[in-house]
Amino acid sequence: MQAYIIRRLLALIPTLIFASLIVFITVRLIPGDIIDLMLSSNDIGADKKSRVQLEAALGLDKPMVSQYFRWLGAILFEGSLGKSLWQNTPVMEEILHRLPITFELGLMALFVALIVGIPIGVYSAVRQDTVGDYVTRSFAILALALPGFWVGTLVMVFPSIWWGWSPEVKYIAFTQDPLRNLAQMAIPALILGKAFSAVVMRLTRTMMLEVMRQDYIRTALAKGLATRTTIIRHALRNALIPVVTLVGLQAPVLVGGTVILEQIFVIPGMGLLLLEAVSQRDYPIITGVFLVVGVAVVLINLLVDLSYGLLDPKVRYR
Amino acid sequence: MVAVAETVRPLRRRRLPGSGTLSFIGRLFRDKPLGAFGFVICVFFLFCGIFADVLAPYGYNQISPINRLKPPSAQFWLGTDNLGRDMLSRCLYGAQLSVIIGLSAATLATVVSVLIGIVSGYLGGKFDMIMQRFVDAWMSFPDLIILIVVVSVVGPGMGPVIVLLGLLYGIGGSRIIRGAVLSVRENAYVHAAQSTGATMPRILWKHILPNVMAPVIVLFTTRVGAVILAESGLAFLGLGVPPPAPTWGGMLSGSGRSFMYLAPWLALAPGLCITIVVYAINVFGDALRDLLDPRMRGSR
Repeated sequence: MQAYIIRRLLALIPTLIFASLIVFITVRLIPGDIIDLMLSSNDIGADKKSRVQLEAALGLDKPMVSQYFRWLGAILFEGSLGKSLWQNTPVMEEILHRLPITFELGLMALFVALIVGIPIGVYSAVRQDTVGDYVTRSFAILALALPGFWVGTLVMVFPSIWWGWSPEVKYIAFTQDPLRNLAQMAIPALILGKAFSAVVMRLTRTMMLEVMRQDYIRTALAKGLATRTTIIRHALRNALIPVVTLVGLQAPVLVGGTVILEQIFVIPGMGLLLLEAVSQRDYPIITGVFLVVGVAVVLINLLVDLSYGLLDPKVRYR
Repeated sequence: MVAVAETVRPLRRRRLPGSGTLSFIGRLFRDKPLGAFGFVICVFFLFCGIFADVLAPYGYNQISPINRLKPPSAQFWLGTDNLGRDMLSRCLYGAQLSVIIGLSAATLATVVSVLIGIVSGYLGGKFDMIMQRFVDAWMSFPDLIILIVVVSVVGPGMGPVIVLLGLLYGIGGSRIIRGAVLSVRENAYVHAAQSTGATMPRILWKHILPNVMAPVIVLFTTRVGAVILAESGLAFLGLGVPPPAPTWGGMLSGSGRSFMYLAPWLALAPGLCITIVVYAINVFGDALRDLLDPRMRGSR
């Protein structure tokens, strides 16, 4: 197990190097000059001094390769992602402040997805090709097609027209008032979890159908075990392993979704930070959020891989 | 001599019975009613997009101050927005934009997926290893975040959005094609081609590609839906094709948003358009996958 974890961590290195290169190069793939863009979009007088200052602040006065290593070095050895261009605050501090909020939203959405997706998936598989199966499957595809931002908009608009009720738009921190915080996060989490639950449901159904055809299920039923026990204890446990993989695969989708929902429901997480930075063209923040999100997803996938051992005794780490 | 020449003449290619497009559509309607339903909606949506100029009663940016925020009526079937523009016309032109963006970005994505997937899968070895680590890294970034970051850098517009969505989904989708290639390349006919000295491009083009066409077609279909959904999300954040272009996502955001409380119909039509079209493409794609490529069943 230990050797496996070490090997797995070593395998992360090339992925993380590529990730850092993608972040670094993408933000610098600017047609024309980043400085011109910043100066023109922010109506700062394009005089020589502010230009030189900005270039130095962004480290753009050095060649690309040395820029990359300086940037990477600062992250690895000082834990620094630079400073915000406009607020002059450390980017890392800002991100660490916002990260838990997005994490909470993502975790709640994951909870919704599993609690809705797995039971419906099992039901749909057990009742294969019945009306119930068709209805739930159609609903799952519908949930995938419904854009989260539209549902969010409807939730903001219609209850306020009909009943004069609208979701809270002032963010309440969990430490301030846990119950109100959870109530506030519940709606965006439901919307975010909706598409995810459809994916979970579809995979659970497929896997259940496969497992239910296995000999050991027939044996369990033949020896007189109750259907319910067979489904839950014997079939579901085996069917759920790919669902865990799915959680890892869907992590980026979930994080992407938080951006839109944080904007609609004015939740000050990473997504809102990114959108604010984009509108101000605050490149150090954009780069920082981009990198932190990528690394977070890589780590989530590592955790998912390691958790197989706990779920599935057949998996041996070698 | 003549007789021998005749016996070695290559067999003329003949289509198997039931492999034509028409009979395929017949099978779709017979075996997959929901998929056929999705197919009909897709065709209708394509029709609306192509003939938007003819079908729309008004221009998409035809401003009419006396008709501001009119509810749906005989004159304006879906009502009007805060500038008095007809929502039906805007939704129809929105379909046109979605068709253009959806088809071109999905085509680009499919080409990119096939290029990366087929070469990486066929070559294997170090090239494949490095390529796959790159794809790993790429896929660890949320689509929407890559889109936001890149659009913030290159600026919004139709061209960038198409290229971006194409590259984004192309790199991600290459995994599926690579997987299919890995199993195809071990077939005897590929080894035969290799031993007769066929060049790599020829093997890829003549032997590998035709045998991974099923996942390629399914990938293309599902990508159209994904692209339309992603584009509308981007437009919603104000990072898509800039106004006054009538994108469905754009209609739900920006200046129109504050008027939705006065005119709730503004919130309904564009969202319904996105949902119906993406739903139709997804059920059609599912049916297509079941009919063409049973191995992919249950995958996304």
